[in-house]
Amino acid sequence: MSQPALSVSANESKKGGRGLGAAALPQREPPSPVSALEVSGLSHAYGARKALDDVSLRVMPGEFTVLLGPNGAGKSTLFALATRLFDARAGAIRVFGEPLATRPAHALARLGVVFQQSTLDADLSVRQNLLYAAALHGIARAEARRRVARELERVGMADRAKETVRNLSGGQRRRVEIARALITEPLLLLLDEPTVGLDAASRSFLLDHVRGLCRQGLAVLWATHLIDEVDAESRIVVLHAGRVRATGSPAEILAAAGGAPDLREAFARLTEERRAP
Amino acid sequence: MSVSLAIPARRLGAAAWLRCLIGIIWREALRFVHQRGRFFSALVRPLVWLGIFAAGFRFVLGVSIVPPYETYVLYEEYVVPGLAAMVLLFQGMQSSLSMVYDREMGSMRVLLTSPLPRWWLLMGKLSAGVLVGVLQAYVFLAIAWFWEVRPPPLGYLAVLPALALAGMMLGAFGLLLSARIRQLENFAGVMNFVIFPMFFASSALYPLWRVKEASLWLWYVCLANPFTHAVELIRFALYQRFDPLSAAVVGGAFLAFAALAVLGYDPARGGLARRAGGG
Repeated sequence: MSQPALSVSANESKKGGRGLGAAALPQREPPSPVSALEVSGLSHAYGARKALDDVSLRVMPGEFTVLLGPNGAGKSTLFALATRLFDARAGAIRVFGEPLATRPAHALARLGVVFQQSTLDADLSVRQNLLYAAALHGIARAEARRRVARELERVGMADRAKETVRNLSGGQRRRVEIARALITEPLLLLLDEPTVGLDAASRSFLLDHVRGLCRQGLAVLWATHLIDEVDAESRIVVLHAGRVRATGSPAEILAAAGGAPDLREAFARLTEERRAP
Repeated sequence: MSVSLAIPARRLGAAAWLRCLIGIIWREALRFVHQRGRFFSALVRPLVWLGIFAAGFRFVLGVSIVPPYETYVLYEEYVVPGLAAMVLLFQGMQSSLSMVYDREMGSMRVLLTSPLPRWWLLMGKLSAGVLVGVLQAYVFLAIAWFWEVRPPPLGYLAVLPALALAGMMLGAFGLLLSARIRQLENFAGVMNFVIFPMFFASSALYPLWRVKEASLWLWYVCLANPFTHAVELIRFALYQRFDPLSAAVVGGAFLAFAALAVLGYDPARGGLARRAGGG
């Protein structure tokens, strides 16, 4: 099957609207014309099983890109490769123009990650988890403390800073993970199925919070299998069986699915297994 | 495609490297505080050997005068350096187990996505484990003092670099194992096939001349075992002597194990990918 042409334009709309009020971002650099994330020809396999096959996509600064795919589509593998947990067998990843394989320090310094599986240390407090993440990025202690207070305030967890993570609910842990990912003031935020297992209120909070950050210039790649996490402003990349099936705005996805009436139907069509006639 | 970079990355200077190292050690120290029981339970093993095994074998196993001892010594005195090394060996394995656990629980991802080089991150983990191990070894030596195993007072100072170097070697060996172990459940196999043979095929519990009398090939195995040299390095240092051969073997083994561990965690070599499984 030929891959649909990549049609992601540079931050086409001025995304104003809802801000976060007190949760305003610290001074951010102006949006850059460089792709925040550029994945080209990425392939990876676990033994004989192909997890990703010639995947290409782009995320522009200030853009909320939804990586939409069913379970096993290859989303987590893409995230593992994009955070350089290991290198791909073929293809390249650039973060703000920096090649991840050859200049990992420059690339990794610009991204924040929320993995699908919780990666907080359950024995430590919320604050200690965040300070640890700041130290791993070489941030000075005093500055780290300031950022921890700011990010926890933003996600509404300031009053739980001394709480041991073990005592937090799933939704609260996710908030802490978002705060942790933002401690380093990244320019690109990767979130792998961040709403899995959360109740409706927590899901809504996370989506609103991250979309708010996006409007202020942060590039976001949000992996999910839930159609209702896509909004009209989102760019969508449909991933299935390790291949990009379609990419573009919601309207372009509907068109790519042969004029499907809604995104749910489009997603079903694009991710159905191809059978021999 | 060439691009001009509009947003320069924050430079990670020496201070950032140091903060990262301190951060890793700080996190391990916090975990240690939260798991104090682990610290004391690690002391039970050598104390059982010292209090029960050594007392029982005092009259069975005669130890002739072997360097660094200048007189006949009681068996308890002979085994104490080996048991201090045992503390470090088990701490190294505990760190390894903790790495595998962190990998399974996902928290290692936070460490590995740091922009600092992976070898530096691993050295941070290693240093943290060594600090805990050396502390445990000193607590054990203090308890042994009450057992009337009393090396010269300055020996307690002289043994510090020996404990640190031996701890680094055993910790690096643990890191190497953690890079190879696929699942937490496989750790029991490591105990049976690696740790126990390493401990028993050494000079920790009996002098090598006795092993040579019993079996020549086993003597060669003991000589080739870096743990033997870790024990001897500690034994000599505790009596204010320096054993250059042991220091060279332990130092060389540390470099080799550390290099192999770094290779095991190298993203380009895909060791973690094989264990990740993917989805």
